[in-house]
Amino acid sequence: MKFFRSSSNQAAGSSVPQKLTRRSSGMGEVSRLLNSQEGLCVLDMGSTSANNIRFFTGKGHKNYSEDLLRSSLDPALRIQDAAGNSVLDSKRFLDENLKYANAHFDIVLCWNLPDYMEESLVKPTIDRLWSVMKPGGYLLAFFHTREAGPDSTCYRYHVTGTDMLEMQEVKFAPPGRPASEKQSPRLQRVFNNRHIENLFRDFASIKFFLARDAIREVLVVR
Amino acid sequence: MDAPLTGEGAHIGKSVVIKGELSGSEDLYVDGSVEGKIELRNHRLTVGPNGIVKADVSAKAVVIQGKLDGSVNASERVELRKSAVVTGDVTTQRIAIEEGAFLKGKVDVQREAGKAAPASS
Repeated sequence: MKFFRSSSNQAAGSSVPQKLTRRSSGMGEVSRLLNSQEGLCVLDMGSTSANNIRFFTGKGHKNYSEDLLRSSLDPALRIQDAAGNSVLDSKRFLDENLKYANAHFDIVLCWNLPDYMEESLVKPTIDRLWSVMKPGGYLLAFFHTREAGPDSTCYRYHVTGTDMLEMQEVKFAPPGRPASEKQSPRLQRVFNNRHIENLFRDFASIKFFLARDAIREVLVVR
Repeated sequence: MDAPLTGEGAHIGKSVVIKGELSGSEDLYVDGSVEGKIELRNHRLTVGPNGIVKADVSAKAVVIQGKLDGSVNASERVELRKSAVVTGDVTTQRIAIEEGAFLKGKVDVQREAGKAAPASS
């Protein structure tokens, strides 16, 4: 399974990642919760963003950062299965990540993590999130639609307003490679609506927001 | 300036390994390995690009370019440079994070009396 796009797919000559903006109905709903209460616990699972820390702590909430996509690329997590194939050790991954008390978070921002994370980690991660979220808590995730190709850009999301996000291309160096070889993670799969509903079947409710940019925003209530 | 190029401040070079408790009343630049606890109170701690710190850290300002595993408590500000890898909770009044920095933990931005708590990229 490929985790990075080949270098031929990189934008030529663009050393500074481009920033785009998008209006987010899902973030708008999350903001309503943020504005109605104080002292909420927010878990941001995207790349570390000073914007997001400022946005959440400025409203009096507690911000937790955990970049699970980057953590999942740790070569130490790779083991061989019985057939000798290289696989990710999901048990060890969850032993080392998302280690929080049950019912701790009011809001979890998954962004596009499930689309870019290795298949074997997705369901265990969502199950762990169910455990660490409070009943009634919100989870926001973005899923590509079928129109998205495998080279769809992986973005980090900076919250810039109540329902506005700034999108910035994410690039990592493959494990063991120098920073000069940074590449954008590759879209691993496209979930259809039924897959998404199955993924979150233990949650209380799920709401879809369709957008024009081949993205479905999904707001899930624990 | 991150590294003390002159005689100001203390410098732990990249081949130095320290286990124990470090405290002082001058700025400290760590480019080696420190395991234990670091307490500088009114001074600045800089973890250089080769620095590997496994310690709870308390200082006026903390600048991280290398790896830090432990809690960070800075009375004034914390800067995570692009090569920073930090695992632990951060408590400070101001935090700046460069693109590419990795932070796993809780960020508690404490407000100065009468001021909003800023965080910047």
